[in-house]
Amino acid sequence: MSLVYTIIFYMFSFISVYVQIFFLLTFLEKRHSIVKNPKNLELARYPTVTIAVPCYNEKDTIVKTVESLLSLDYPKDKITIFLIDDGSKDQTWEILQSFDNGKNVRAFHKENGGKHTALNLALKKYTSEFFGCLDADSFVNDQALKRIIKYFELDPKTMAVAPSIVVYNPKNILQSAQKVEYDMAIYTKKMLGFMGGIHVTPGPFSIFRRKVFDDLGNYHKAHNTEDQEIALRMQEHKYKIDHCPDAFVYTNTPNSVIKLYRQRLRWIYGFIKNLIDYRRLLFRKKHGAVALFTLPSGIVSIFGVIFLSLTVVINIIKFIFTKVIQIQTIGFSSLFHLGYKFEWFFINTKAALFLSIILYILVIISVLIGRKMSEGKVTFSISILYFIIIYSVIAPFWMLRAIYNAMISKESSWTFERRVVKN
Amino acid sequence: MHEHEPNDWKKYVIVLFITSTIFISGLWLSNYLSNKKIDQLKNIEDKISVDLMSSETQFSLLQELSCKDVSTTVLSSELNSLADKITFSENNMGNDDSNVVSLKKYYSLLEIKDYLLMKKITERCGQKSIFILYFYKNDKCDACTKQGYVLTSLREKYPNLRVYSFDYNLDLSSIKAMTSIYKVSDNLPAIVINGKVYNGFKTIEEIEKTFPELETIKKPEDTEVKKSIPVKKKPVITTESTVAPIIESINKN
Repeated sequence: MSLVYTIIFYMFSFISVYVQIFFLLTFLEKRHSIVKNPKNLELARYPTVTIAVPCYNEKDTIVKTVESLLSLDYPKDKITIFLIDDGSKDQTWEILQSFDNGKNVRAFHKENGGKHTALNLALKKYTSEFFGCLDADSFVNDQALKRIIKYFELDPKTMAVAPSIVVYNPKNILQSAQKVEYDMAIYTKKMLGFMGGIHVTPGPFSIFRRKVFDDLGNYHKAHNTEDQEIALRMQEHKYKIDHCPDAFVYTNTPNSVIKLYRQRLRWIYGFIKNLIDYRRLLFRKKHGAVALFTLPSGIVSIFGVIFLSLTVVINIIKFIFTKVIQIQTIGFSSLFHLGYKFEWFFINTKAALFLSIILYILVIISVLIGRKMSEGKVTFSISILYFIIIYSVIAPFWMLRAIYNAMISKESSWTFERRVVKN
Repeated sequence: MHEHEPNDWKKYVIVLFITSTIFISGLWLSNYLSNKKIDQLKNIEDKISVDLMSSETQFSLLQELSCKDVSTTVLSSELNSLADKITFSENNMGNDDSNVVSLKKYYSLLEIKDYLLMKKITERCGQKSIFILYFYKNDKCDACTKQGYVLTSLREKYPNLRVYSFDYNLDLSSIKAMTSIYKVSDNLPAIVINGKVYNGFKTIEEIEKTFPELETIKKPEDTEVKKSIPVKKKPVITTESTVAPIIESINKN
């Protein structure tokens, strides 16, 4: 049994280190190709863009979202904003109507049908060269659109560009931990962009060429993660997806463990289900990095996290069990034994320990590079520790639950999560 | 901006090479430190062996003289710490690791020698000491784990109690000789006190009840136990109180 365990442990840690080294090598190789857009960036041409904002019970954040779109540094006559109320039960619809000017800002109301139906309504009505979506819990930096469009201008083959998502105003430890995660994602996403392995075009402000929807069709329900599905569909058809690290979108993140849990449950569940739907891509050389790298490492990370956490839980249970036996046998005095004296001999020198340390160092390096890319400087903060600790403890729960739900095909709904997250 | 490199096999291979190098380094470092630890244990055992031999020799030489001149148990604390380290290594490297097994054999031999010598000294010098030989096995013996706790706890309560623990399944002729002398069956755990075998788990109370003479070597109220080391299966021997007066007398001389 312990041999099987050891083999699994080494396998998971080997793949994790492999993935991190791959990113690091890509970074070292490409760091000079990471485009830094000047402040006064100008485009050769300003193509028309439609941004759809699907809303469900978003009265608290929608105003800021729409205002950020209205303040984009982009010719006003080139942007159309579609505000789509997906059957909200609060005052969202009234607020959306107040923005409707009959020209470039339009509000639509429809029966509740899920985010993909709201986006598809927008896809039915838009006429511009580019189409994008902005979740109503996020708002954009005024330079974001111009910087993204620049990517399309520089490479006609680029079909979609994802932004860098930054956590807006983290107020508690949980949100600070998420900020670290998002910072790291800016780095990994860019590296995946270099490799051609991006598997999500996130809801907040990913922009697509018209051709994508013309050729590949509308959004699918895709287990409530339509932003993963469209990216996988594009990858399958070899449509290039890139990432613009300095196009910033600010997002409100869940402020409690239960809300985070629900959000992640939906993400991981969606990942697993979409992966099953697109399993034909896996390990197919012709589908490139997404097939050989992104999806396999996603699978490994889910099982790896669960495996490592179960190990920790089993060890804790064993320890408690031993203590209980000790107390039963010789009474409570056994609790006061401090155990071994501190001597170097008793320091664990198993290879597993060294490998874990290396892995943590690589993760911290990723966070620091991500910060450098998002904030322009490398800052080491205590929140990195929060991130490592909090995610190690709670991530296995949503991962296990997502696997369980995927097995019994129980979907967690977008609207339900919205209700919980927003209210 | 940049081109995709979805099939850049060279890079996959380079990363594989780097990752393998990191892994091999990790394994090598771990192995290197484990060997260092084994070396350290070997050194301790050698030192104890020399000390024991020296004590034996001294004992033989000074048969005619008074007990206070015999310095026997300087090695006691070293045996203690050795037992901890062997237990730790057993847990980390596995019961069947050849290095661990050989260290255990050596340790068991040292215990037996110490036991024989201490018994002689106790008899001749009238020390109040009680000896427990404890036989356990590592596999499928929860009672052995519990018995280990009991003996460790007893040892703290009665510092002059000397507990020698032996792995019943260790392939060592001396242990086999002892089990046949005392007729220890494989119904473990088993303890041998004053030449009598008791099979099965015994609580602190049961042992105290069976051996009222333990009271005579009870730790004085005002004496603090200097250290208490819980050991999973092998209680460690201690001789501090036995030794103390002897060492003291040596120092005085």
